[in-house]
Amino acid sequence: MTVAEPAGAESAVTLDLGGLQELVDLLAGRGYTVLGPTVRQGAVVPGRVGSLDDLPRGWGDAQEPGSYRLRRRDDEALFGYAADAISWKSVLFPSRELVWSGSRTPDGGFSIHSEEGNGGLGDPPYAVLGIRACDLHAVAIHDRVLRERAHPDAHYEARRKDAFLVTVSCSDPSGTCFCVSMGTGPRADAGYDLALTELLGERHTFLARAGSERGAEVLERLGSRPAEVGEVRAADAVVERSTQRMGRTMDTTDIRTLLYENAEHPRWDDVAGRCLSCGNCTMVCPTCFCTSTEDHTSLSGERTEHWRIWDSCFTSDFSYLHGGSVRSSTRSRYRQWMTHKLASWIDQFGTSGCVGCGRCLTWCPVGIDITEEVAAIRADPQSPPGQGERG
Amino acid sequence: MRSLQDLLAEHPFFAGLDESTVSLLVGCSVNVHYRAGEYLFHEGEPADRLFVVRRGRVALDVHMPGQAEMVVDTVDEGGVVGWSWLVPPYRWFFDARAVQEVSAVAVDATCLRAKCDEDPALGYALMQRVAGVMYHRLQSARVRLLDLYGAGRAG
Amino acid sequence: MLPRPFRVVATRPETHDTVTLELESLDGDGLPFAPGQFTMLQAFGVGEVPISISGDPGQPGRLVHTIRDVGGVTRALCEAREGDVLGVRGPYGRGWGVSDGAGGDVLVIAGGIGLAPLRAAVLEVAASRDRFGTVHVLHGARTEADVLFGDELLAWGSGAGLEVAVIVDRAATSWTGRVGLVTELLGGASFDAERTLALVCGPEVMMRFVAAGLVARGVPPDRVRLSLERNMRCGVGLCGHCQLREYLLCVDGPVLSLDAVRQQLGVREL
Repeated sequence: MTVAEPAGAESAVTLDLGGLQELVDLLAGRGYTVLGPTVRQGAVVPGRVGSLDDLPRGWGDAQEPGSYRLRRRDDEALFGYAADAISWKSVLFPSRELVWSGSRTPDGGFSIHSEEGNGGLGDPPYAVLGIRACDLHAVAIHDRVLRERAHPDAHYEARRKDAFLVTVSCSDPSGTCFCVSMGTGPRADAGYDLALTELLGERHTFLARAGSERGAEVLERLGSRPAEVGEVRAADAVVERSTQRMGRTMDTTDIRTLLYENAEHPRWDDVAGRCLSCGNCTMVCPTCFCTSTEDHTSLSGERTEHWRIWDSCFTSDFSYLHGGSVRSSTRSRYRQWMTHKLASWIDQFGTSGCVGCGRCLTWCPVGIDITEEVAAIRADPQSPPGQGERG
Repeated sequence: MRSLQDLLAEHPFFAGLDESTVSLLVGCSVNVHYRAGEYLFHEGEPADRLFVVRRGRVALDVHMPGQAEMVVDTVDEGGVVGWSWLVPPYRWFFDARAVQEVSAVAVDATCLRAKCDEDPALGYALMQRVAGVMYHRLQSARVRLLDLYGAGRAG
Repeated sequence: MLPRPFRVVATRPETHDTVTLELESLDGDGLPFAPGQFTMLQAFGVGEVPISISGDPGQPGRLVHTIRDVGGVTRALCEAREGDVLGVRGPYGRGWGVSDGAGGDVLVIAGGIGLAPLRAAVLEVAASRDRFGTVHVLHGARTEADVLFGDELLAWGSGAGLEVAVIVDRAATSWTGRVGLVTELLGGASFDAERTLALVCGPEVMMRFVAAGLVARGVPPDRVRLSLERNMRCGVGLCGHCQLREYLLCVDGPVLSLDAVRQQLGVREL
């Protein structure tokens, strides 16, 4: 498969390390909270970036189902890992968000006011340096789920709306990656302000393209020069190599029908025997969006805070109804998650919910591989369950 | 005054039976009437009749010491009451009480069983109808057993 | 999406565990709604639950909710007194679409508390009675003490030109009505199946069996509408809890037609 030329190919420029630092400084100077990949507690996770030293220079990762390790590279790549352990969901859609707070009024009523999101890594607007193509797609998916709705999520909107996104093409996919199967990478083709590809040749440079007007404006202010043809080709080669080195593949042909018609497939019993219902997959998945609410009331009952918190369809009471859970077995909950992610999502939002980042494979304690589960059902589909009333 | 032949022929339970078959049954039948509150039969009594309800409502009751008497089923016009006459020891399982004034045709069970023995085709036709009634009553009872409207459930 | 304060202006116990609350908004704007819709009703400091609107759509100034106490938030709501202030978000969801029944017969089949969201539909029908043909209201309850809106059912049956029938699972001998399953009321109802709109609400099992009975009578599956229920946290399609496969019941429902959900209802633990 040849790598498609992204828009603006003619206007690619080259940045050196100095230019990249300039980018960080410029964005910080404009009031952005600049975030990027950082190494913390043995993993690459989002963090504050003030200088290039904050980035995971010389670090790569080794990811397999149920396994994540950092490994030392033999070069000085700044973005030489595959996917961050925690996706950028944790920044734009944090696990705890204060939605409103209120207090009782003397006449027996109460007054409520909306709360502004804050805390965590810093206040918006965010500039994200180093978001992968798969994660960029995940942000676009969250935009559909949380913004383009009849009742949008105002707190996601507040964090997302001015975010300046700098994507970096994947040069070193891991054993769990399958963005190519999902059509989401390894290079982004839309949804970013700037796109970089890291080149480790004689010099350490970055091919840079703008993907928006403000991206173009920022690029103009940086010390850069037009990219040479050879550099453009080198960047394409990086992407092409990544395309060939996917750890996994998933055949998504008619996947909606496949999963809808195989709701009683014995494979679900098989995976239920392995799944711990721990919910790790939903936490690390960049598109999972399920939440619940919590009301925290002061002892006197005078003040209440209404929080939005991450929830997972794997919890035993996620589907609680009238004295019990609709999905009380692990089998039904795993089926729910996978069917939602790969099939129902298409009916709900027009795209797959999966971006092929592979995190659910990596962070599953028992190494369940969603691509393998799909393949198993596809290899031996059951006939569709009979329709009509029970006798 | 309508004849028993007419009354039986027009009742849904006997729909589809030909005239001569119905007149066979007439030989076993008698018109009965109950005032509101009167009992058709009591639990434990010999089950000797099939009641074909023409008008009114019959309640099947169970009495429980220390608790209010409960109605577990009602049969309205177009329905039939009683099939304990079919299965030994031929004893009524519940009480049957007229809720309102009831007009019915009582078909004698001994006579009916004898006619079914003589004429298996008639026996089969009647068993089909009885099975049909039982099928619907059993489904109704099973679903009510789930107590769908009970506490802690979808009400 | 902040809750609006509504004051409780009347409370009425309906059965041993069910209470009707009548609410008026503090801002005076009321709550226009379509029958079948719900609000996220909040007991300040306790929590929020989805409750169907049981009131008259022709009187949006008075928000009416009939609530069954099943613990937690619903208990707090059932214990609300006149003068208390509750939070309201909504109305949300897709309603019954009563006007789709115009020109034909209408069946309203309610099991237990399911009569609450259907009351609003019946009131809408009664308000323009001549647009509809024969209208049956069939209500099943646990016992005679659990029959909901008993006086109103009587009034509908005698004054409003509706055919009303009630049946209970079991009863004390003082009950002179029918005993049995609500599906048994279909047999005695006469209606033109092909031109009927059937609105069904109650426990999901009950709705499945009623739906089977309706289809057996010849009502087209796309003219049988069910009000489905799942756990809801947000009511606006964002929290993901109320999914029934591809449907978000708070947005695509809670009212969905039988042909749209038949396959889904047939899968255990979906």
